[in-house]
Amino acid sequence: MTTPRVRITQAVKSFGPTMVLDSIDFSVQPGEVSVLVGPSGAGKSTLLRCINGLERLNSGTVEIDGEVLEYKEKALNQMREHVGMVFQQFNLFPHLTALENVALAPQMVSGLESTAARERGVTILERVGLGDKIDSYPSALSGGQQQRVAIARALAMEPKLMLFDEPTSALDPELVGEVLQVMRQLADEGMTMVIVTHEMRFARQVADTVTLLADGGIAEAGPPAEVLDNPQTERAQAFLHQINEH
Amino acid sequence: MEFIDAFIRSAPIFGQGLLITLALTGLTIVFSVILGLIILGLKVSRFTPLNWFANTYLAIVRGMPLIALLFVIYFGIVNIIRVDAFTAATIGLSIHTSAYMAEIFRSGLSSVPKGQTEAARSLGMSRVQTLRKVISPQALRVVVPALANQAILSLKDSSVAAFITVEELFLTAQRLSAASFQPLTFYTIVSIYYLAVVGIMTLIAQRVERYYGKRG
Repeated sequence: MTTPRVRITQAVKSFGPTMVLDSIDFSVQPGEVSVLVGPSGAGKSTLLRCINGLERLNSGTVEIDGEVLEYKEKALNQMREHVGMVFQQFNLFPHLTALENVALAPQMVSGLESTAARERGVTILERVGLGDKIDSYPSALSGGQQQRVAIARALAMEPKLMLFDEPTSALDPELVGEVLQVMRQLADEGMTMVIVTHEMRFARQVADTVTLLADGGIAEAGPPAEVLDNPQTERAQAFLHQINEH
Repeated sequence: MEFIDAFIRSAPIFGQGLLITLALTGLTIVFSVILGLIILGLKVSRFTPLNWFANTYLAIVRGMPLIALLFVIYFGIVNIIRVDAFTAATIGLSIHTSAYMAEIFRSGLSSVPKGQTEAARSLGMSRVQTLRKVISPQALRVVVPALANQAILSLKDSSVAAFITVEELFLTAQRLSAASFQPLTFYTIVSIYYLAVVGIMTLIAQRVERYYGKRG
């Protein structure tokens, strides 16, 4: 068996008295698209943020390609170089243009020359369909365009794993499609992805695995057809029932 | 008119005072920014004794009237090393202003959303790189108005240096009014000088704000 890209073992995380993750085991194989779904407050985002150390586990381990994650500045930085993250609120750097946003980390972290970083930035922005927006500041872009710049910014580090934290939740409905399109393209190219989302149709089409979290635990996990269409546990059935009513 | 006549005749003397006021203000701004950043660094440091030092410094400096601080420095330091009044005033004003600068920079840093740090750190950027390339530029933009305000305050505060015999604008006015028995005339004239400099500083501040406003 190959080493999983991500393996989380017996993860426990609490914020004060609130238990958010309660002994969770979770893994993602290279090339796999893994979607996390579940009611709000179930710990989906927390689990995702534990993968790149934005949140620290109280106990348990995170392994990336078999290497146990250590909460030390240097080790975290080195790991994060290879793990891209896309946020619900985009978090683009507002004082930099689209291209500068994308080229910053390759220059600062990977030590690329500024011309090489710019070239890489232009190529990647073209890939997400924003070749004509390279000199725009984030404030001049629509939400969908901003999120695509954010994806490009993460891709510019040539990651081996991409984490998406509700990437379309802050978007107007008509802008969701363009972001999902870019993500679908990434999945087709074989990128390993962990995605927290409420887009069930997208999950069904793109996911290799769907994991349903509820109350800090994994209620159900498996191929989308099984988890979403034929859930076995009561918690999963209740959640899906709620969603389908909308 | 008598007033205009007095204004013109006193201009060369006030001109000298103005240069000293400007030098004092300029040095105060530069040193207080540096000192303020150092204090802020100590305040947010993860080494507790440094926090303690910074908080004590801020409490003392902010709790002391500027004039008391200047007198303590002028009459205190003179016992240890010989410094002229101008140097003592520069030190005192810089210390006084640094407390406010530290507070301004702190508010600037905390105005930048946490998501900015998270985005930078999740790209593998170090703490220092994040501060330099992502947080500081945004914080600076936010603090421009407050910095301009503090610079204007420093100009006006510099008049207190008159009381430790620095030959700046205000002492010039005191001397002239005492010699001529025309306090109203010369305190009005000196106010015009302060107003003019404040006006110029405000214009510069607006320019800077507009420059930052254009981008992003």
